[in-house]
Amino acid sequence: MLSDPVRRRLYRYVAAAPEEVGRDAAAEAAGISRSLAAFHLDKLVEAGLLTVSFRRLSGRTGPGAGRPAKLYRRAEGEHAVSVPPRSYDAVGRLLAEVVENAGLDRELQAAARAAGAAQPDARADDVVAALRARGYEPFWDGRTLRLRNCPFHALATEFPALICGMNLALIEGLVPEPWAPAMDPCPGGCCVSLSKKEID
Amino acid sequence: MTEHHLAQVNIGRIVAPLDSPELADFVAQQPEINALADRSPGFVWRLVDDEGADATGIRPDGNDALLLINCSVWESVEALRDFTYHSDHLRVLSRRREWFRRSAEAHQAMWWIPAGHRPTVAEAMERVAMLREHGPGPQAFTFRDPYPAPARAAQL
Repeated sequence: MLSDPVRRRLYRYVAAAPEEVGRDAAAEAAGISRSLAAFHLDKLVEAGLLTVSFRRLSGRTGPGAGRPAKLYRRAEGEHAVSVPPRSYDAVGRLLAEVVENAGLDRELQAAARAAGAAQPDARADDVVAALRARGYEPFWDGRTLRLRNCPFHALATEFPALICGMNLALIEGLVPEPWAPAMDPCPGGCCVSLSKKEID
Repeated sequence: MTEHHLAQVNIGRIVAPLDSPELADFVAQQPEINALADRSPGFVWRLVDDEGADATGIRPDGNDALLLINCSVWESVEALRDFTYHSDHLRVLSRRREWFRRSAEAHQAMWWIPAGHRPTVAEAMERVAMLREHGPGPQAFTFRDPYPAPARAAQL
């Protein structure tokens, strides 16, 4: 499904956008015609990777308001591909359950902070790119960097205190000064946001 | 009209007395987090001690000077979940092991009450005991196994 580079570009654009995306914007971002974009977007919907909704972008209602626009966003479901099959989600759930029951939050956070700090790309390069590479899908909300996706979504839903604490520690380890990650949950997104400390 | 509200109790043993340095951050954040709860959508009521600010003065088990209780009432499980896991409260929750010992047994419970009812400490502790004894059920449940509010017809 995503082996086609045009389709991949479209999917990435829609998946990373903070809002629903219309055909025109997607076509422009992927550098293709509106009709080609529509064809590929609908294929992605058929495959369950995107979902669609209809809304009048003009904000008008009633007769003469025009047809509602078809808008796309990433489907909620998770897709993982591995050959041969592996079930790390089941392992993750079991491990989380044991760590939660043992009350090892602080040990997990220390390991996560160290794991983040051991990855040099965020220090050497662009923090936004480093976060994106880890699946966070960052976007700017004023001067705050919010993360649209939670790479640990399924586990975070089941073990929020444990997994969100781990996630914050991981990002704290990952990003260099003057970045200041904070627990700041946003609807539908990650529990962590980042801002830059003011340097006087 | 909502006929039922959700009551929730949470008990925890602190790692050291409330006036110790270990608990200082926890104590310092209480006013802010309680104020956040009070203004959260779906919040109805929370248990307070004689001081009236929070419940840290209450010892639900008189023999245990380190056991604290937190009890509150909400309009729905979703409202409580949003406050607990999708607000600034999560910041405090992720530090729970700095302040609270883990419990091998259930340390929280939820149950449905008629709107207007105010749970007592004894009632709340009884729900925790029910959960410990029988596991989750309509009388005492958790976020992981929520039960719907009783239907109107089932009301006495």
